[in-house]
Amino acid sequence: MAVSPRDITTDYKYGFHDDESTYSYKSGKGLTRTLIEEMSARKGEPEWMLQFRLHALDVFLKKPMPKWGADLSGIDFENIHYYVRPSENATRSWDDVPEYIKNTFDKLGIPEAERKFLGGVSAQYESEVVYHQIREDLEKLGVLFLDMDSGLREYPDIVKEYFATVIPVADNKFSALNSAVWSGGSFIYVPKGVKVEIPLQAYFRINTENMGQFERTLIIADEGSSVHYIEGCTAPTYSSDSLHSAVVELVARPGAHIRYTTIQNWSNNVYNLVTKRALAYENATIEWVDGNLGSKVTMKYPAVYLVGRGARADIISVAMAGRGMHQDAGGKVVHVASDTTSTIISKSISKDGGRTSYRGLLKVHKGAENVKSYVRCDALMLDEESRSDTYPSIEIDEDNVSIEHEASVSKISEEQLFYLMARGLDETAAKTMIVNGFFDVFTKELPMEYSVELNRLLQLQMEGAVG
Amino acid sequence: MSTETPTLVIEGLRVAVEGKEILRGLDLTVNRGETHALMGPNGSGKSTLANTLMGHPRYEVLGGSVRLNGEEILGLGPDVRAQKGIFLAFQYPVAIPGVRLGDFLRAATRATQSEQMSALEFRKRLRQKMDMLKIDQAFAARDVNEGFSGGEKKRAEVLQMAMLEPSIAVLDEIDSGLDIDALRTVAENVEALAGPEMGLLVITHYQRLLNYVHPDHIHVLIQGRIVESGGVEIVEKLEAEGYESYMKDLPAAELVEQGAH
Repeated sequence: MAVSPRDITTDYKYGFHDDESTYSYKSGKGLTRTLIEEMSARKGEPEWMLQFRLHALDVFLKKPMPKWGADLSGIDFENIHYYVRPSENATRSWDDVPEYIKNTFDKLGIPEAERKFLGGVSAQYESEVVYHQIREDLEKLGVLFLDMDSGLREYPDIVKEYFATVIPVADNKFSALNSAVWSGGSFIYVPKGVKVEIPLQAYFRINTENMGQFERTLIIADEGSSVHYIEGCTAPTYSSDSLHSAVVELVARPGAHIRYTTIQNWSNNVYNLVTKRALAYENATIEWVDGNLGSKVTMKYPAVYLVGRGARADIISVAMAGRGMHQDAGGKVVHVASDTTSTIISKSISKDGGRTSYRGLLKVHKGAENVKSYVRCDALMLDEESRSDTYPSIEIDEDNVSIEHEASVSKISEEQLFYLMARGLDETAAKTMIVNGFFDVFTKELPMEYSVELNRLLQLQMEGAVG
Repeated sequence: MSTETPTLVIEGLRVAVEGKEILRGLDLTVNRGETHALMGPNGSGKSTLANTLMGHPRYEVLGGSVRLNGEEILGLGPDVRAQKGIFLAFQYPVAIPGVRLGDFLRAATRATQSEQMSALEFRKRLRQKMDMLKIDQAFAARDVNEGFSGGEKKRAEVLQMAMLEPSIAVLDEIDSGLDIDALRTVAENVEALAGPEMGLLVITHYQRLLNYVHPDHIHVLIQGRIVESGGVEIVEKLEAEGYESYMKDLPAAELVEQGAH
């Protein structure tokens, strides 16, 4: 493997990769009908899912690439492995996970985190979930937390009822691609009135070069229930690119509460093009807590459709773009019902020539009265060569609404730096502290273990940044 | 550390800001345990001295030397100076949004103190100092200087000084922007901290601060030079005559050149 200097990143600690010789299946490169048929057969899927996939393939092939957002011209759809199956089945015991995969997740601290503070864990390696476990007490309450493939096998009716209802196949080119080749992801159902107090976590790992990972997640929180789902992602550092294109659909039934937290830390050779959308019914709350620290290109705008009276959306999106990276992120809220409220807070940092864009949508439909919304986007640029843009879009078709929008672009001020250095902090530590503070609105929403980890990640990035 | 070495020795210090010479040969020595007051009108170079001592990059040193515990510090960055024991209480402390004062103090004590405290020891000491300075414990959970009143900012500066235990503390107009009650509280805090180990350089425009902080030595700074040094009698003179009497002694040419008024 040729390695160019750009690819040797000393500050990305997850850049290692495992040997692939024991894989049970690895598709050739490129996307064909035959591949999808073979994939679906291997998974033992019902006929309707195969037809769904094949239809989605047609849609994907017909749709043009998006003409807005980040530069995607580097994606070569012919040079991607669409389906890579490291082992045969998801297991509920770490002991049954192949040794090399277990070692990887050990290095990433997943089994330890599960023991300490998680209610359930899913670990996806390449295309398949290799480990899945949920705490017994939650299982007894009727909480379902499975990988999506098992969900389809074991609860076909629920899956069929909700699958692709929040994000239709034809929503965009990448939702169509995901619909055609999806594999893995999480399926969660929380019964009426059940509050899942401890987070459920999924961990996504890409190992192969030129891999495409297309997980599909569906979370349904029934009336009055609540759940917090956390996902993390890493990949090895390769000289050529991989593609991660997920579809995540959330349904919060009346009075339900879903919090979805992401700490995306892909290596800088991953295109991360994800469609995330939630439906919030009467008095339901959706919170997207979305952190984007890695990848080469990210395009992701978690969305909430407030379709029931009194529903609420809170989106916090943070992004950090270093050299060669473009984080095109933000959030979308569509107010369809009256008495709905939303906040979108976006914080982005660009450094070493990196680029961040805030892209957001706030829409209030005619007839949605007494809507309140607050949108704030702040960008911090650490040097002159970096770039930040905002593309806010606000469409209000109703008069009786209260909308606030604030935006700022700033640099680390000489006075802040001097102040911190006058207290003994060196330049890197001072800048890291300012950056941590800038992201605090995000960090403080994370469980403690994650906020500590996040601050450590930021520190690593900053140490790479300041000469 | 030798007890004979003065804490801070400034000799012939000349400093320019944006090409204009502000300090024009300043000499000053502060020994351990002494409190010095440096007084002067607006534009005399008080804040220039404070910022230069701390190593602000915008202040250009044209000549002279500053020794801290016997060691030249003029070539050093502000972080290294802080680590060597100099502390500046800022006239205008800036806000650091999202950074809790307690976390900031933890990082600062780590950076400046050779003996590392455990998290528990740190919290205990912070609580102690806050009690001593009669600062509400909840203060530590607020963002550094964010939304602080004038008085709160100055008290936070004094709290930092208490935690970092410098060998020399420079207080730049710690009295500015405070009403009389806030001024008394801050000054009492400073007095409580002044001890035999620390040298204190109090920079101020007004005499009123000196009703609460009692300096051993008083210096008058006019147009970048110390024109008189002595004891409390200087304060009385200033109270009676203001800075005018010192300005009169300057050659008219210099007044024009410096743009003083």
